[in-house]
Amino acid sequence: MAIRARLKDLATLDDKFVSGHGLCPGCGIPLMLRMVLRATEHPIVAVNATGCLEVCSSGFPYTAWKIPWMHSAFENAGATAAGIEAAYKALKRRGKLPGGDKKIKIVAFGGDGGTYDIGLQSLSGAMERGHDIVYICYDNQSYANTGGQRSGATPYGASATTSPAGKKIPGKLQWRKNLTEIMAAHGIYAAQASVSHWKDLFMKAQKAIEIDGPAFINVLIPCPTEWKTKPEDGVQLAKIAVDSKVWPLYEVENGKYKINYYPKKEVDVVEWLKPQGRFAHMFRPGNEWMIEEYRKRVNEEWERLVRLTKL
Amino acid sequence: MAERRILNGNAAIAEAIRQINPDVVAAYPITPSTAIVEYIAKFVADGLMTTEFVTPESEHSAMSMCIGSSAAGARVFTATASQGLALMFEMLYIASSLRLPIVAGIANRALSAPINIHGDHSDTMGARDSGWIQIYSENSQEAYDNVIQAFRIGEHRDVSTPVMVGMDGFILSHAVQDMLVEEDDKVKAFVRERNPLYSILDVDNPITVGPIDFTDYYFEHKRSQFVGMENAPEVILEVAEEFKKEFGREYGFFELYKMDDAEVAIVLLGSTAGTAKEVVDELREKGRKVGLVKIRVYRPFPAKELADVLSNLKAVAALDRAASPGAVGGPLFTDLRASLYEYEKRPIIVDYIYGLGGRDIAPKHIAEVYERLEKIAATGERGELIGYINLRE
Ligand SMILES: Cc1ncc(C[n+]2csc(CCOP(=O)(O)OP(=O)(O)O)c2C)c(N)n1
Ligand code: SF4
Ligand SMILES: [Mg+2]
Repeated sequence: MAIRARLKDLATLDDKFVSGHGLCPGCGIPLMLRMVLRATEHPIVAVNATGCLEVCSSGFPYTAWKIPWMHSAFENAGATAAGIEAAYKALKRRGKLPGGDKKIKIVAFGGDGGTYDIGLQSLSGAMERGHDIVYICYDNQSYANTGGQRSGATPYGASATTSPAGKKIPGKLQWRKNLTEIMAAHGIYAAQASVSHWKDLFMKAQKAIEIDGPAFINVLIPCPTEWKTKPEDGVQLAKIAVDSKVWPLYEVENGKYKINYYPKKEVDVVEWLKPQGRFAHMFRPGNEWMIEEYRKRVNEEWERLVRLTKL
Repeated sequence: MAERRILNGNAAIAEAIRQINPDVVAAYPITPSTAIVEYIAKFVADGLMTTEFVTPESEHSAMSMCIGSSAAGARVFTATASQGLALMFEMLYIASSLRLPIVAGIANRALSAPINIHGDHSDTMGARDSGWIQIYSENSQEAYDNVIQAFRIGEHRDVSTPVMVGMDGFILSHAVQDMLVEEDDKVKAFVRERNPLYSILDVDNPITVGPIDFTDYYFEHKRSQFVGMENAPEVILEVAEEFKKEFGREYGFFELYKMDDAEVAIVLLGSTAGTAKEVVDELREKGRKVGLVKIRVYRPFPAKELADVLSNLKAVAALDRAASPGAVGGPLFTDLRASLYEYEKRPIIVDYIYGLGGRDIAPKHIAEVYERLEKIAATGERGELIGYINLRE
């Protein structure tokens, strides 16, 4: 029986990830986990890449996880999950699964650093081989755990500790890597979601877990610490990211692109940029071109995405 | 009945894996170990194995997969060499630290640069501190026998540590030799089933694997990880004893060749032992008191047992098929010398680096080493600490 996406029902489900973790106040990671871990009745084995989630949830001798959980390194959550899945298949086939035959889903969680950058090869390999795993990238657009260095997911213009806004160079000058499309190019289910749109995230997680094969979801995670915002503004900012088309909600299934949410009213990128300290220098006199550039690129990418849905 | 077959080292290891039929094999091709993976792929394709055979996109992922599979309680195997093992480096430590049994077949090969596909021990010697048990082979038969025993050793609950079985690239991996392949059923019975304490797939009894430790626990956890290595010697001998009973071939930490009344000896690992034995035979015919120690188990290093054998000799040469730039000498040499430190009576020891990148070592080279050792024994004068064999100046 599928679990219905009603807040009332979700609230009654057992928590698989409990409080006591050391994630920052206002961090979007637990919101994402709550949706994903509740999206199935099947038992989940979680795999975690090195990063905020791993560090903050597993400090020995405690754990915030009430389900089997494994971390081995930074760049290999895809391969580690694939290894568990291969063992699952073999042990199931040979009647050696602990506790008897049952359906188990392996879900890997990696940050943007562990997914867009250092772990991309391992993830791509796992997806290409068709392992029955779900990979969730919790994209906070930064190497947050190590103090906010730039990643391939850090937005254009953002000041990060390895792409600082200086007197000569105004922050990161490269546009973010389009990871969701890269994953879609593997011919798998690939989706983009945001913690602000919990119902959409829940449905995507449910679909990804139900699929008999590889699936990928890229979830925008507000990180007040590295975005330099107020903790209480996180979810609202994630919502603005979606409404301003900075972070469109879409999915690719059987090669078909589908936008899941068309913003109802125009929201300018300034509403996304302005509240975040990492973009502050873009608002200094003389840097107007950066905001212009940002706006232009966001619109172009949105139009391109709309065209893709019509193919 | 065991069957006489002519197999190269790669085929011999693949034969063992076919018989053992592990739950998961995840491996990436690299010369000279590629054929192990290809043989296994063909066995699976032909239905001779029911292993979950996976071809990851790199050795780093291959080892990561082995780690995931082993944490699930599966019996796992991989094969690699050289750059592949080097690429696994990060994960080798994680495998051993998580106390996950994994067996890796290694066709020992030189490390780049310059890129070179031929045999030496630089790859596994570079991993000597990774916490893996290391076993070296002299020929196809030993490679086969060692892989079979490796599963029993590594998966023993008191050990729970990964094991790499080395054989010299090309010299063994690609050279055919006459050997015995045991009956499938007997091998299967010998290796038994893996019986893991925990499994990440045991969803009713959830466990945490690989959490973060701060300064208050890391050191204690690290120390407790060494216990597997400390328990290994006893288990290695137990398994060897059982292997001998079942299959008749004898194994230990090392093999002693004509050591009973030897006054000087060479200590080495791997295929060069074959050449050295011939030289020892020739010299023995001339009445010279020379012997050979071929190390099989390099990690854990059988320090005391070796020192007991060597301490009464007059001169010993370590033959290192790997260098350790900036150290006192090659890895084998420094381990040997340290092992003898406690002994008041001990031989003069010299080191020879040889065979890097597959450079030949001929009987005459080994005979020269024995000559030098005899001179040292006679005069008590050591001369150069480290020499090179068959190297142009
Ligand atoms: C091989 C390797 N390189 C570098 C690191 C250091 N490191 C740990 S976490 C991290 C950044 C993680 O960023 P991300 O994946 O985005 O996760 P987040 O911290 O944002 O949750 C880095 C650089 C490491 N652990 N391993
Ligand atoms: S640094 Fe950011 S991602 Fe990491 S725990 Fe804090 S808010 Fe969350
Ligand atoms: Mg991040």
